[in-house]
Amino acid sequence: MLVSYQWLQDYVDLSGVSPEEVAELLTRGGLEVDHIHRYHDGMDGVVVGKITDSGPHPDADKLTICQVDLGNQSSQIICGATNAPKASKVVVAKPGTVLPGNRVIEATEIRGQKSEGMICALDELGVSENLVSKEQQDLIIELPDDAEVGSDALEYLGLNDVVLEIDLTPNRSDALSMLGVAYDISALLDRPIKVPEIEHGAVRKNAIDQVSVTVEAGVDVPYYGAKIINKVTIAPSPLWMQMRLVAAGMRPVNNVVDITNYVMLETGQPLHAFDYDRFGSKEIVTRRAYAGETMTTLDEQVRTLNEEDIVITNGHTPTALAGVMGGASCEVIETTENILLEAAQFDSVRVRNTAKRTNLRSESSTRFEKGLDAQGTVQAAERAAYLLEKYAGGAVLNGIVESGEMPVFEQEVELSLGAVNTRLGTELDQKETEEILYRLGFGVEDLGDRWRISIPSRRLDINIQEDLIEEIARIYGYDRIPTTYPVSERSAGRLSNTQKLKRKARRFLEGAGLEEAITYSLTSEEKSKRFRLDEFSDDVRVLMPMSEERKVLRQSLLLQLLDSISYNKNRQNNDLALFEMGAVFLPNPGEKLPSELWHIAGAFSGNWTAAAWNKTAEPVDFYTAKGIVEGLLEQLGLNEGVTYRVAKREQLHPGQSADVLVNGQVVGFIGQLHPTFATREGLPVTYVFELRGEALLTEQDKTMRYDPLPRFPAIKRDFAVVVDAQIAASEVQHVIYEAAGAWVKDVTLFDVYEGEHLEPGKKSLAYSVTFLNKERTLVDEEIANVHETIVERLQSKLGASLRG
Amino acid sequence: MIDRLEELKLEAQSAVTSSQDKKELEQVRINYLGKKGPITEVLRGMGKLSAEERPVVGQKANEVREAIQASIDSKQAFFEEAELQEKLSAEKIDVTLPGKKVEAGSPHPLTAVVEQIEDIFVGLGFEVTEGPEVELDYYNFEMMNLPADHPARDMQDSFYVSEDTLLRTQTSPVQARTLQAAKGEGPVRIICPGKVYRRDEDDATHSHQFMQIEGLYVDKHVRMSDLKGVFDTFVKEYFGSDRAIRLRPSYFPFTEPSAEIDVNCGVCGGDGCRVCKQSGWIEVLGSGMVHPRVLEMNGFDPDVYSGFAFGMGVERFAMLKYGIDDIRHFYTNDTRFLSQFKHV
Repeated sequence: MLVSYQWLQDYVDLSGVSPEEVAELLTRGGLEVDHIHRYHDGMDGVVVGKITDSGPHPDADKLTICQVDLGNQSSQIICGATNAPKASKVVVAKPGTVLPGNRVIEATEIRGQKSEGMICALDELGVSENLVSKEQQDLIIELPDDAEVGSDALEYLGLNDVVLEIDLTPNRSDALSMLGVAYDISALLDRPIKVPEIEHGAVRKNAIDQVSVTVEAGVDVPYYGAKIINKVTIAPSPLWMQMRLVAAGMRPVNNVVDITNYVMLETGQPLHAFDYDRFGSKEIVTRRAYAGETMTTLDEQVRTLNEEDIVITNGHTPTALAGVMGGASCEVIETTENILLEAAQFDSVRVRNTAKRTNLRSESSTRFEKGLDAQGTVQAAERAAYLLEKYAGGAVLNGIVESGEMPVFEQEVELSLGAVNTRLGTELDQKETEEILYRLGFGVEDLGDRWRISIPSRRLDINIQEDLIEEIARIYGYDRIPTTYPVSERSAGRLSNTQKLKRKARRFLEGAGLEEAITYSLTSEEKSKRFRLDEFSDDVRVLMPMSEERKVLRQSLLLQLLDSISYNKNRQNNDLALFEMGAVFLPNPGEKLPSELWHIAGAFSGNWTAAAWNKTAEPVDFYTAKGIVEGLLEQLGLNEGVTYRVAKREQLHPGQSADVLVNGQVVGFIGQLHPTFATREGLPVTYVFELRGEALLTEQDKTMRYDPLPRFPAIKRDFAVVVDAQIAASEVQHVIYEAAGAWVKDVTLFDVYEGEHLEPGKKSLAYSVTFLNKERTLVDEEIANVHETIVERLQSKLGASLRG
Repeated sequence: MIDRLEELKLEAQSAVTSSQDKKELEQVRINYLGKKGPITEVLRGMGKLSAEERPVVGQKANEVREAIQASIDSKQAFFEEAELQEKLSAEKIDVTLPGKKVEAGSPHPLTAVVEQIEDIFVGLGFEVTEGPEVELDYYNFEMMNLPADHPARDMQDSFYVSEDTLLRTQTSPVQARTLQAAKGEGPVRIICPGKVYRRDEDDATHSHQFMQIEGLYVDKHVRMSDLKGVFDTFVKEYFGSDRAIRLRPSYFPFTEPSAEIDVNCGVCGGDGCRVCKQSGWIEVLGSGMVHPRVLEMNGFDPDVYSGFAFGMGVERFAMLKYGIDDIRHFYTNDTRFLSQFKHV
C-alpha cells in the first residue's frame, strides 16, 4: 500500500509530524513502513514556465524553439514534443537541475540554436512510464492556467510528496485505504479524523426507474448497489487527482475511471463504472458464469469462464467479471455520457480464485479478497457521485438501486482491565485504557467489572478479547510493555537421548575430517531409484511438482550428496569428504504419512590426506570410508555385533562394496561407485556409505561400569599365515578368535601380502594376538599350546599354513 | 716416597689436561690408576716401609689417587658435555615446517546455528522436539488456526503429496502435536527445529526448502512481558550483550497479540545503514501470545493457560550472523563455503 503524505493530510492533521515520524509511528503501531519514497530528491530548479512564443527549428523538422517566461527571466528552450507548439504553461528544468537517472540539465546548443534548459514530460520527472496515461506519453506536461510562472513546479504537481510504502499484514484489510491508515494515525497521534465530503446534489429523476438489480446467488453477492450519473463529460481528471493516483501507483485514464479509482484508494471500496447506454439492457443480473461462457475484458482479452466465477450481466451476456475486471463491451469511453456506477460486496474467496485463475490480480480484486468495510459500500458510491458531479459535470440521479442487505456488522466484544494486564504484563489503569479505546473509535460501555466494546464496521479483524488486547497494546506502545521473566516452576531443559547421539555422531564425523552438507529432500523420479537400502516399489510423490528435478521425496541421502560432489568437482574442489544426516521418506501403505527414517551418508573423493613435505598424498579408498563407519559405530556404542559382508548393489563397484550389519540386520552399505555409473554421471572415483541412523541410535547404557585394569601382564604373539587369496580376512579372524579361547584379548591384522615369495593365488596375513588372564600370569607353555591350536584350526578350516 | 707421589700427581694431572678425547683420557687413567700403574706400585711396595712411615705414605697415596681421579672425572664430564652439544646441534630441525596436522571437518552453518539456538533455549529450560517433515494439513494448518479457505493454504504455495498431506510449510505443526500430547497439562516449553518446504523458485533470497525453529511456552500466567524477557536474554546471548530488541505489532493466525521482533542493527549499532535499510533495526523473528483458539483446539483451557510462541528462519539467522548474501550457498555445499565454518 502506497500512502501519500500530502494526501493523508486531507484526513488527519499532520502539522509538526514529519513523514519519517509518521513512518516510525505507523511501523511501531503495526503498519510496517517498508520504504519511504522521495521521488523529488535532488531535483532543484524545476519551475513553472509560460511559453510566450514558439516556432519551428530552422534545421530540424521535429523540434520547436520556445521562448519561455520563467518569472524572473526568459529563456530559449528547444523542445521535441509534438504538443510544444500549442502549449502554454509548462514545466521547465533549468540548467544545473539534476533529473532522475542522474540526468544533468545544461545550457547547450541544438543544431545551432541555443537551448537553456528542458521542458519536461512526466516520466522525465521520475514518474514511472507505466503510470503515465496513454495520452500523456511522449508529451510535455501542460499545466492549468492557475500555475504561477516561476514557482516550484514539483510543488504544483504534488511531486514533492513523500510516499510511504506500507507492508500490510493480511489481517489489516482496513488499512488498504487512505482513510484506514488515517484512522490509525488519528489513534496513534490522538488527533481527530476528517471525513471526506459526500453531499452531492441530485436531480429529481430516480435511479430506480432507469435500472433494476437482480442477484441470483446471495452468498456470492451479499450486496449490490447501482447509482446512475447522467450527462458526464469525459476528460482528463484534475491534475492533482492524477498525481495522487500516480503516487498510489495507479495510472490515470480519464475523469470517470480516475474517480472510481480515487474513491477506492480513499475508502477501500472498489467501484466500477459502466457506460449506461452500452450496457445492453436496463437490468443488472449477477450470477455464476456458465461453464465455457466467454467474455472480453477491458484489456481486450477473451476470457473463458467457469461455474466458479461470479459475473455481472445485462440479463444475457456478462458485462464484468465481478470484482476482478470490467467487460470491454460497456467500458467508459470518450463518448460516454451516462454512467452506471457499481458499488458491491462480493464473496472474497470467489474473487480470489477467479483473479488467480485468470491472472488478473488488481487493486480492486485484492481489496475484495481481503474483505471490505461492510458499511462503507454505499458511502463510497455517494462519494464517487459527489466527485463525478464536481469533476465530470454529471447529474446524479436520486437514490441507489440495491439488492441484498448491507451486512450489519455490529461486533461487540467484552473485555476486562484484568485480562488486559494479565495478558500483557502491564499495569494499565481504567482511565488510560478507556482513552486508548476511544482513540481507536471504539464504543465503550462500562459494565462494572468489565466493558462491552463495540467495534467499528471497518475493523473486520477484531472479534475476540485478545484482538482488543493487541489493539490496546499497539496504541499504548509495544515498547512500553515491561520486560519480565516467566514465573513457572523451574525444570531442566534438555536434549533427548536421540538428539544427543545425533550430535555425537556429527562431532565424530566433523572431527574425523568430514564436512557436513545439507541437500534437498526432493529429487527426480529417476534419481530416486538409486541407493535404496530396501527395495520399495513406489515413491512419495509431490502432486504438483515445480520441476522434474524436484518431484519425489528421496529414499537415500546419497543421490543428492553426489550432486554436491560433482558441483564441487566442477569448481576444482577435488579433495572431498562430505557427510549428511537427514530424513528419507518411504511409502507407508495404509498410513496417511510416509515413514521418515533418519539416515547418515558420506561421500569421499580425491585425496584423504594431501601431499606434504614429509609425506605423499593418500588417496581415499574403500578402507577410508570403512574406517569412518567403524569409528562412527564405535562412537555410538556399537562395539559388538557389527559385521560386514560382500554386497551386490546397483551403482556400486561389485568388487568393492560391503553391507554393514548390526546383529545380523543390514543397516547400510559402504562401497566405491560403480565406474560405469560414475562416468555417466560425471563423477570422479568416489567412495560412499549410507547408514540407517535409527538402527544405530540405541539407548545409552546408564549402568556402564569400567573394566578394572589388569594386574597381570598381557602376552603378545605375532605370526603370519598363508591362505588362498579368495578367503576373507574376517573368516581368518573369526577362526583365530574361536580357537584362541577365553584368554584372547585382541587380534590385530598388521600385514597383508601377496606377490613375490608366495605361490600365485595365495596371500599372507600377519597377526598380532594379545593374551591375558585376569587372574594370574600366563606361562609360555600355555601360550604355546593356544598358539598351536590356532594354527591347527586355521589349517583344518581354511587350509592355512604358518608362514616360516 | 712422598715426593715421588707428589710428582706422579702433577705428571698425571698434566696428562689429563693434555688428553684430547675420552679414549686418551681412559689411557691416562689406566696409566696412572690402573692395576699396573705407578700408584699401585707404590702401595704394593709399602711392606718395606717402617711402621711410622706406612700410614703417612698410605694416606698420601690415597690422596693422590683421589686427586687424579677427580681430574679425570672432571675432564670426562667436559668431554661428555661437548659430545651432547654436538649431538643436539646435529639434531636441529626447522620448527617452522608444517606439523602433521589433524585436519578436522566442519559443521554445516545451518546446523551450527540450530545447535547454538538449541543450547540457549535448553539453558532457559526448553526441550527440543521434532516432528515429521511430511505432515497432515490438520496439524500444519487447521490446528494452527488456518481454516480451509485461508489463502496460505493454497495448493500453489505448498507441496502436497495427497489431498490432506503435504511437506510442512512451517515448523508450527509441532506445536499442535506437542500440545495435544500434553493433554491439557502445562507447562509446555519446547523448541522445534526442522526443515520446511514452500513452492518458491530458488533464487538468492528464496529456497523451496529451508529451516525454521519454532518455539512454544505454555503455562499458567504467561504474559507478553515474559516473551520480551525471554527474547531479550536470547538476543543478548546469540547476537551479543550490546544488542537490544524491539517488538512491533504484527499478524500470525496462531498468535494474538502478535509481534515481530527486531534487533538493533549490528552493523551501524542502530544509527541506520544499508544493511538495516536505514531503519536501525533488523527483523529477526515472528512471535506472539498463543491464540486462544489454538490452545482450545489442542486441548488446553485458554481461561487457565496462556503462552507465547515464536518462529525464526535459520537461514536468516545464519545470513545475519555471518553476512551470507545468497541462500543457495546453504544447499550447494561448496567446500570453499563449508570449510569456513570449522570454528563456529
